Amino acid sequence: MSNQGVTVHHGEEINNSTGVSNKKLLMWVFLGSDVMFFGTFIGTFMAYRNKSLNGPYPADTLDIPITSISTFVLLMSSLGIVLALHYLKESKMGLAKFWLFLVIIMGMIFIGFQVYEFSHFAHIGMTPQANLFGSTFFTLTSLHGAHVSIGILWLIFLLYNEYKGNLTSENAVDLEMAGLYWHFVDIVWIVIFALLYLITAGDGVPPGGLPWTAGH
Amino acid sequence: MSSIINPKQFQIPRIFPRPMSHSGIWYWLGTVDHKKIGTMYGIVSFFWFIMGGIEALLIRVQLSHAEADIISPELYNQLFTMHGTTMVFLVVMPLSAAFFNWLVPLQIGARDVAFPRLNALSLWVFIFGSILMNISWLTGEAPNGGWFGYPPNSTVQFNPGNGMTFWVLGLNVLGVASIAAGLNFIVTIINMRAPGMTMMRMPVFTWMTLITSILIVLALPVLAVAGIQMTGDRVYGTNFFNSEAGGDPIFWQHIFWLFGHPEVYILILPAMGMVSEILPTFARKPLFGYTFIIFSGALIGFMGWFVWSHHMFTVGLGPAANTAFTLSTMLIAIPTGVKIFNWIATLWGGSIKLTTSMLFSIGFIAMFTIGGLSGVTHAISPSDAQQQDTYYVVAHFHYVLFGGAIFAIFGGLYFWWPKFTGYFLNEKLGILNFILMMIGFNLQFAPMHWLGLDGMPRRIYTYAENMGWELSNLAATIGGFLIAISVLIFLINVVISRINKKLASGDPWDARTLEWSISSPPPHYNFVKIPQVEHIDDWWYKKYPGLLEGSPKQNKSPNATVEDTSNVDESKIHLPDLSYYPLFVGIGLSLAALGVIYTYALVTIGLILVFWGCIGWSTEPVNEPHKKHH
Repeated sequence: MSNQGVTVHHGEEINNSTGVSNKKLLMWVFLGSDVMFFGTFIGTFMAYRNKSLNGPYPADTLDIPITSISTFVLLMSSLGIVLALHYLKESKMGLAKFWLFLVIIMGMIFIGFQVYEFSHFAHIGMTPQANLFGSTFFTLTSLHGAHVSIGILWLIFLLYNEYKGNLTSENAVDLEMAGLYWHFVDIVWIVIFALLYLITAGDGVPPGGLPWTAGH
Repeated sequence: MSSIINPKQFQIPRIFPRPMSHSGIWYWLGTVDHKKIGTMYGIVSFFWFIMGGIEALLIRVQLSHAEADIISPELYNQLFTMHGTTMVFLVVMPLSAAFFNWLVPLQIGARDVAFPRLNALSLWVFIFGSILMNISWLTGEAPNGGWFGYPPNSTVQFNPGNGMTFWVLGLNVLGVASIAAGLNFIVTIINMRAPGMTMMRMPVFTWMTLITSILIVLALPVLAVAGIQMTGDRVYGTNFFNSEAGGDPIFWQHIFWLFGHPEVYILILPAMGMVSEILPTFARKPLFGYTFIIFSGALIGFMGWFVWSHHMFTVGLGPAANTAFTLSTMLIAIPTGVKIFNWIATLWGGSIKLTTSMLFSIGFIAMFTIGGLSGVTHAISPSDAQQQDTYYVVAHFHYVLFGGAIFAIFGGLYFWWPKFTGYFLNEKLGILNFILMMIGFNLQFAPMHWLGLDGMPRRIYTYAENMGWELSNLAATIGGFLIAISVLIFLINVVISRINKKLASGDPWDARTLEWSISSPPPHYNFVKIPQVEHIDDWWYKKYPGLLEGSPKQNKSPNATVEDTSNVDESKIHLPDLSYYPLFVGIGLSLAALGVIYTYALVTIGLILVFWGCIGWSTEPVNEPHKKHH
């Protein structure tokens, strides 16, 4: 066998057993890994629900209407990124940039609400150190917030590349990857909103807990 | 990380020029070649193997006679904590990763892993994470709460100082490395197989790598959560394991073992994969029950998630939980036993060649079986109540992790050394290495069975004179030093073999899988031509196609020869260029973790390094444009 004239390449063009791009597969597997990460934090929260010995308790702090607004904004951003990807694939760059920009803004609005919420909680005395509710609530929501923030930075980077003409329909998989991540972060928020807010918001003083009044 | 391949691509300004030469220190720091990365994994983890071994020897010296006063109780706590942590996270996992890196692309017929720079990131994060954990020795406050870190023994109230903080942050950094490597190997194995290599034609080692990687990406995040919670408790005053605020120390045990039990399969499955490659090669017959071995491995990986509370039988979870976990633990012995029978059946009727790697593999089967059987005795919760926290448990897990994982890894080193380097390790020294390790290992750990059943507790720095434990402990200490000598012989063997190079051909063992179809050591592009795969053990049947029709192999010369690389035009080879960004992201992560202990300034510097590294990485083209040869 003569090996002359053989061109050697690395990468997907030679071996691609499934037909799915490596990057997309990487993101799916990473999300599987991240499920375990969030799952364990959510499990911790549920295991420690109603176990705090002192206030402030969920009923004293959580405000469902306000968080509903930020939840709505975050969930709508998932639609936005679908459209951003759709228009990128169709090479309608104006609309693609518009929707991506909007997604970034919506992500920032969500983070803004979270910053407001955290500082409000800290003001009334609910901190990560205050009790079990504080510890479990803040670690979970702030790590979710960190995921959203990383997503925002990533999308800004991609938007910049759209303006520079580097991100086109040919390498739309780069946006698709970020989109998978963004959808995942939204889905996790649905679980968090349901468990940490909707179900928990009514929890008052648990058995054995000290009563709590604001200002103490 | 999105790397956009586009000639117009913008790059952030480089602080250092991109390393381009293929030799020298910058090449090693910037390399993205899976073989070089595997070598570095191997060297660094072998260094930690020696460190962990020294820690073990110090423990054995202290226990060699009753009421010894050689090591203080405080230092003793640090030694057993760091011995366990080192051997699990800095030795067996990364030594396995060295083999993953070297072998997986070669076994599936690929030019590299799917994400070469991510692979380099795993390496550097591992190296700096291991340094981070061990610099705690320099502060005089090494971790001292056991490799399991149970609160309240590890909470800041009862364990002030930075030791356990170093431990927990080190684990978190190492977790990043493991997860990144796990993701990479899953994508590589699923997506980069050579044409025709279906899943059920993959070598067993590749299969076990896949299962191990799946366990890694699912189990390590659980440890990360436990680590974040403990960091919060120790550094920021949160209440996860603080019983004064209603927190539950038992909860730590649940999440730690929810990670910790899959972890033991992360440690042993790669070893099983190596043995499954070595046995058929030297028994000169196919692996018995390939499909059974694969599915047993997958079943172990699945059932490994449902046995964690057998580490907690004496916690008081109640009869229902103890019964359930007793049953699930006994059930998991079945797929393990299936594998052992398959290996024995592979040997049955084979024309066995007792090379060093074969000896280590047979030693693996024997020692792992002993460890497996004592494991089944722990599975029975009433029996375990007697064994909990005694040396019986120590004997058990050393039989499966040393007699199992380490024996198999040594077998793998002797087996694949010619492939890695192009020359053999000395067989005579190898056999001496095996015999000394076998004797030393059993002398050290067999007496621990009866020490434990006699009630000698773990993790206690000394024992009274009249307990009748002295002879067994002395034997164990002598065994420990025999192991040390055997490892020394291995190192001498490495040096001697390197000096009088006994050159190896591409296929020195007349072996079965694709990595043997190319020259030794492999060229940096691995395969000149990506192979077309038609069978399990494809290379074997390419050499001896007559075997497929049932004709005996005797007196037949191979039909295929190792790939000839003499005519390859190097200018037509495009592999990813070097990159220094993974190195700096690795440094940044470890600095940020160190800063959590000392100062936010360090956290800031670390995170800036990570951010700069990620942006640089994303904007860096895989190949520098001027190097294109299209």
